[in-house]
Amino acid sequence: MEVRWDVFWIIMGSALLTFIPRVLPLMLFSKIQIPMWLLRWLEYVPVAVMAALIGQELFMADNQVVPITHNAALWAALPTIAVAIWTRSLLGTVLVGIVAMMILRYLMG
Amino acid sequence: MQGVKDCIPTLLGYLSIGFAAGVIEMTAGLSLAETALLSLILYAGSAQFIAAGMLASNGSATAIIFTIFFVNLRHLLLSAAVSPYFRHLTPLKNMWIGSLLTDESFGVAMTRAIGRKTLSERWMHGLNITAYLNWFVANMAGAYFGRWITNPERLGLDFALPAMFIGLVVLQLMQRKNKKLHINVAIIAVVCVIFASMASLGSMSVIVAAVIAATMGVVMERWK
Repeated sequence: MEVRWDVFWIIMGSALLTFIPRVLPLMLFSKIQIPMWLLRWLEYVPVAVMAALIGQELFMADNQVVPITHNAALWAALPTIAVAIWTRSLLGTVLVGIVAMMILRYLMG
Repeated sequence: MQGVKDCIPTLLGYLSIGFAAGVIEMTAGLSLAETALLSLILYAGSAQFIAAGMLASNGSATAIIFTIFFVNLRHLLLSAAVSPYFRHLTPLKNMWIGSLLTDESFGVAMTRAIGRKTLSERWMHGLNITAYLNWFVANMAGAYFGRWITNPERLGLDFALPAMFIGLVVLQLMQRKNKKLHINVAIIAVVCVIFASMASLGSMSVIVAAVIAATMGVVMERWK
């Protein structure tokens, strides 16, 4: 149950550097008027960030594109996307994704 | 209370990702107390996975901290994107909202924000705190039961994170007025992140791709 000092400082350091980008824009933009062009741009940010994260998770491993035939994640994404569009349920989507991945890993060995 | 309710659909995703993170932290040789500190103070799934991985491979403290910083730079975008909905609050209150902002709470908040001008502070705290406590419980459960799970990937647990992002993007797209434009932005983001990763931009890839794709969204909007 002990906490090592080096691990403690790594946690503290990374927590601080995670805290700053999380709170800075929220604090700043509550005082400053946001320009119109920035608002228009920010409208596209959420989908862009999440799509980029998905792209990285599904297609890449160690800076290389994973071949389609060996890419269980890409195949598991298909039923996951279908369920998301169909049910619009986040819970159902995550469940189907996990189960699809488990089955695919089993089939692909 | 509505914020707590709106968080519920993400809980299972959190539980499975948090459980997976706990298992991996345990396997990396972290103690229960260290795992608890990680989830309570750092509170960032991707960062915790990275910390565990790099600690296991004896990465230097500086390298670990800065890798995590770059991965979490995307929070700049998330925080900026939710800021228009909290302009009625003071900077200090915004700080509390931002401190517990995650990809998931952001996704839920932006889904609720569609068609609204502001979001309620109480609603956001309900959402954030529910997610935070659930994440902590999931991490501890993963660390505790981790000793019996030797291979979390066999159970598909590692796919919980991408699956949740897929769900969040689909929910976002469904509710947008200009769906086509948003779908194009999503496709551009995916293509860009592939090229950025191949160019070895590493953890900067997601940020670079998102900035390019969002900018293209504004540009394409002008074309019409």
